[in-house]
Amino acid sequence: MLGYLIRRILAAIPVMGVVALFVFLLLRLTPGDPAAILAGDNATPEQLERIRTSLGLNEPLYTQFITWIGKLLQGDLGVSLISQTPVIKMIASRVEPTISIAIATIILAILVAVPLGVIAAWKHGTWIDRFVMGLSVVGFSVPVFVIGYMLIKVFALDLRWLPVQGYRSIYNGFGPYFERLILPTLTLSFIYIALIARMTRAAMLDVLGEDYVRTARAKGIAERGVLLRHALRNAAVPVITVIGTGFALLISGVVVTESVFNLPGIGRLTVDAVLARDYPVIQAMILLTSGVYVTVNLLIDLAYTLLDPRIRY
Amino acid sequence: MAIETVPDVALTGPTRRGLGLGFLTATPIIAGATICLTLVVLSAILAPLIAPHDPMLLAPAQRLKPPSAEFLIGTDAYGRDLLSRILYGGRISLLIGLGAAVVSISIGLIIGLVSGFFKWVDAILMRIMDGLMAIPSILLAIAVVSLSGASLTTVLIAITIPEVPRVARLVRSVVLSAREEPYVEAAISVGSCLPKIMWRHLMPNTIAPLIVQSTYICASAILTEAILSFLGAGISPETPTWGNIMAEGRSYFQIKPSLIFWPGLLLSIAILSVNLIGDAARDALDPRMKQRESSK
Repeated sequence: MLGYLIRRILAAIPVMGVVALFVFLLLRLTPGDPAAILAGDNATPEQLERIRTSLGLNEPLYTQFITWIGKLLQGDLGVSLISQTPVIKMIASRVEPTISIAIATIILAILVAVPLGVIAAWKHGTWIDRFVMGLSVVGFSVPVFVIGYMLIKVFALDLRWLPVQGYRSIYNGFGPYFERLILPTLTLSFIYIALIARMTRAAMLDVLGEDYVRTARAKGIAERGVLLRHALRNAAVPVITVIGTGFALLISGVVVTESVFNLPGIGRLTVDAVLARDYPVIQAMILLTSGVYVTVNLLIDLAYTLLDPRIRY
Repeated sequence: MAIETVPDVALTGPTRRGLGLGFLTATPIIAGATICLTLVVLSAILAPLIAPHDPMLLAPAQRLKPPSAEFLIGTDAYGRDLLSRILYGGRISLLIGLGAAVVSISIGLIIGLVSGFFKWVDAILMRIMDGLMAIPSILLAIAVVSLSGASLTTVLIAITIPEVPRVARLVRSVVLSAREEPYVEAAISVGSCLPKIMWRHLMPNTIAPLIVQSTYICASAILTEAILSFLGAGISPETPTWGNIMAEGRSYFQIKPSLIFWPGLLLSIAILSVNLIGDAARDALDPRMKQRESSK
């Protein structure tokens, strides 16, 4: 187990190394002078020179990489070209809305999708099953911003139940915070529900055909117990895997959702940085999200052993 | 021995079973998806003929008009005809979808074939693919576009890069299992050259899964293009694309939701149709998948 743990963590290092190399080379190998690209068309020579020194662009490529990686490993993600503040501070100050909707979305998606998937598998072949599968294809296909605007139209503009846009910190009271979190969470959870429901159904169908499920039924255990205790627990591994791989969808969705609902989170920070060509912020966000993605999937791999004692490494 | 295995291979090889166009009308829902997609494609191709107005023509006096006989679904904030812009917008979306599918499958196929066959290249290529797959595709795409400027080509490249590793992984897994087959061993032992083994014996195995994969890439590329435009990091704003029309509509959403509703509807229908057709192609090419998915 410990050996596996160490091997698994070591395997994550080259992945992050490739991400870092990609981010590093993307700016340097783009045709043209990187400083000129970042500064825009109306830049003065002083501005160009400041960007060059700030990013170390005057050094040879390998020296640049070594200094850059060295700083990165010490947690120094660089300084914004626009506001001159350290990127890490900018991210820290905008992380609250993003974490809030991400966690709310994962909880909501699991609470809705797992029962949907279980029922679809249980009532396999009936209209309920077809309805859940249809819902899942639609959930995959309708773009997240279209869902967002439809929800705003119905619940905020027509019914006036909820605020249209914006964000209030949780420190200013739970009511206003929660109220403004409902629509973004609903918006973001659609695709995640589609993904998890589909996977839960497929995993449940596999397990429901097993001998031990038939045995459990033959013993006269109530259907609820068969489904939850015998089938769902054994179907948990693929479901949890898809929650991990779906994390990439969640990150992409957050960027769009925050723009639709005007939430001051790190997704908005990224979009603003892209529009202003603030490359240190963009590269920090790519490194950060990839790091979170790799870590989440690492943790999920390790969680298998806890969930399913049959898996040994 | 060798003679015995030949008919067996011919029967079980998934590519020996051709893909007729019959699957496009397998169920009423898939038939509906086929009709919808055909209509969307036709309207995009024929846009110059059927669009009632010039999609770029500014008419400040006609700003944000409601639907009328002249402007069937109204005008946008610059007085341009919304219907014409949506018809033209489909051209970019479908072009990107098709382009991304073709390019990423071509590159991914080569990477997958090579890494499935050479162990030492495999180790390096797959680490690079793993790294690229760890970057959320939207972030990767907007980073590429922000640095190299927003043209049709850069947007296409930006959308294609994140799809390549998925194709390469798929091809590699097919090659890894196919190269253990007797007919590949036989080809190696009679001294066929490597390109011939790859092209004649390994590549055909990948066609079926790649057809299915290409539909999913197409759907996700259309979606990514719309998201890029919507975030302001896509093709230049005056070009009519579904994402651009919606991006402009954001500021006027409270007074004129149809600027987001109509392009959003068409976008959703296009992606939904492509996804449904992809599922149908998968079931038609590999009935075992369908069995596993739906009739246990």
